[in-house]
Amino acid sequence: MTSVPRLLWAPAALAWLLVAIPVAGLVVRVDWPNFLGLVTTPSALAALRLSLETGLATMVLCLVLGGPLAVVLARSSLPGLPFVRSVVLLPLVLPPVVGGLTLLFLFGRTGPLGSFLDREFGITIPFSTTAVVLAQTFVAMPFLVVSLEGALRTAGERYEAVAATLGASPATTLWRVTVPVVLPGLMSGSVLAFARALGEFGATITFAGSLEGTTRTLPLFIYLESESDLDGAVAMSLVLVVVAILVIVVSRTRDLR
Amino acid sequence: MRTRFRSALMVGAAAVLGLALTACGGSDSGSGQSTQAQAPARTLTVSAAASLTSVYQQLGTEFQNANPGTTVTFNFGGSDSLAQQVVQGAPADVLATASSKTMNTAVQAGKIQGEPVVYATNTLQIAVAPNNPKGITDLASLNRPGIVSVVCAPAVPCGAAAEAAEKAAGVTLTPASEEQDVKGVLNRVQTGNADAGLVYVTDVRSTQGKVQGLDFPQASAQGAVQSYPIGVVNGSQNADLAQSWISFVRGPQGTAALQQAGFVTK
Repeated sequence: MTSVPRLLWAPAALAWLLVAIPVAGLVVRVDWPNFLGLVTTPSALAALRLSLETGLATMVLCLVLGGPLAVVLARSSLPGLPFVRSVVLLPLVLPPVVGGLTLLFLFGRTGPLGSFLDREFGITIPFSTTAVVLAQTFVAMPFLVVSLEGALRTAGERYEAVAATLGASPATTLWRVTVPVVLPGLMSGSVLAFARALGEFGATITFAGSLEGTTRTLPLFIYLESESDLDGAVAMSLVLVVVAILVIVVSRTRDLR
Repeated sequence: MRTRFRSALMVGAAAVLGLALTACGGSDSGSGQSTQAQAPARTLTVSAAASLTSVYQQLGTEFQNANPGTTVTFNFGGSDSLAQQVVQGAPADVLATASSKTMNTAVQAGKIQGEPVVYATNTLQIAVAPNNPKGITDLASLNRPGIVSVVCAPAVPCGAAAEAAEKAAGVTLTPASEEQDVKGVLNRVQTGNADAGLVYVTDVRSTQGKVQGLDFPQASAQGAVQSYPIGVVNGSQNADLAQSWISFVRGPQGTAALQQAGFVTK
């Protein structure tokens, strides 16, 4: 263990406190005697349930779509890969509201894709749970792609090359060699995507709207509650913090192993 | 490894960007110091409901012209947050909310000098696309099959007003979304994602024809009309100036600007 320069201790402590103190403040502010009642109102439970369901759906969508994308980014040698990668990372730096607006302009009733779906199939995306999942996938996908691509690059291609010389087809190599090797990265990437989906707010409220049981996820519920019942908002915020901490702990322990 | 570092950088950059954007929020206070020597430079801080933004900004300029050396800075936001801020001791001289309920929060906390005055009201309209392509006529017609309607959530003032109007009409709307604020409703109608929404006359007026407003009888029902109270914050260092702001808003210039925006003045 190398020693840390003394100069770094103060800013390091400040950085930690900047995150820790507000969260601790939340715990202090909670109306503990009524906590259980506040977090089990039908509206709160509906929001929690919707958040967990859409978060899981988002995670699956990220795996099914983002997984292959990460493999392509890490293993193929297509020209223009840096450009492809920058586009995938865009939601990381874009304000989620902007993401929501772009989705609305595409899938909205007057948008090019939205009007087509409405006309041909009678499908309208805005104001539906599908819209919530789309918005969450938009913002959460880069987390999976980045983690998985990193894991793939760190693992290298040696095992895959050996498998190929032993006669394994590319598909067999992928399933029997690559996936097991990067499994920890895949897991932590999925968990991160789930966590990001759980906290998603801006894109969801802009694109999907806010209706109990259909589109009002936990963050939207908390924002609405903060307008009328601050105690309820604080209580549910704490629930969200606890879920987030659990998610981080789960993904970290996988990393350490 | 390189990618991992780069991705860490990206995440870090995103965080910093978020902070910077948030920090920009309230940076306009204290700017625009007057150079005139005869009058002492004073700053009046007005916490006002978001729906007053354009009217108050216009009146702020006129007030500054009429009172050299005075700078008016605004803190626009949701009435509930503004009232909460005042209760928590935020440095404001004037509080102007968009509902009596939110003003009462501040009054009950002993944060308002005397009685707040209601100087304007705002009524609901049904916002539809120009020329009303879906033939909306009244509240009940919003429930017709195939009509996508949007309202404010009952927890926020415009939603409570909508609920009162529904009650008066004996109609329970089935909206596609309950928005956080009235601008959210307006945007849904303006972008064509909703056929109709309940908003205020002032909101329809602010779109300059992009949205058409339909009057309906229950808009004047008990609880549906939005009152705009204003009061001087207790402990204000500029109570006299705050009082002249209130007189100014209630005077001829204020009345004209409010009516122009669609408010009914009192």
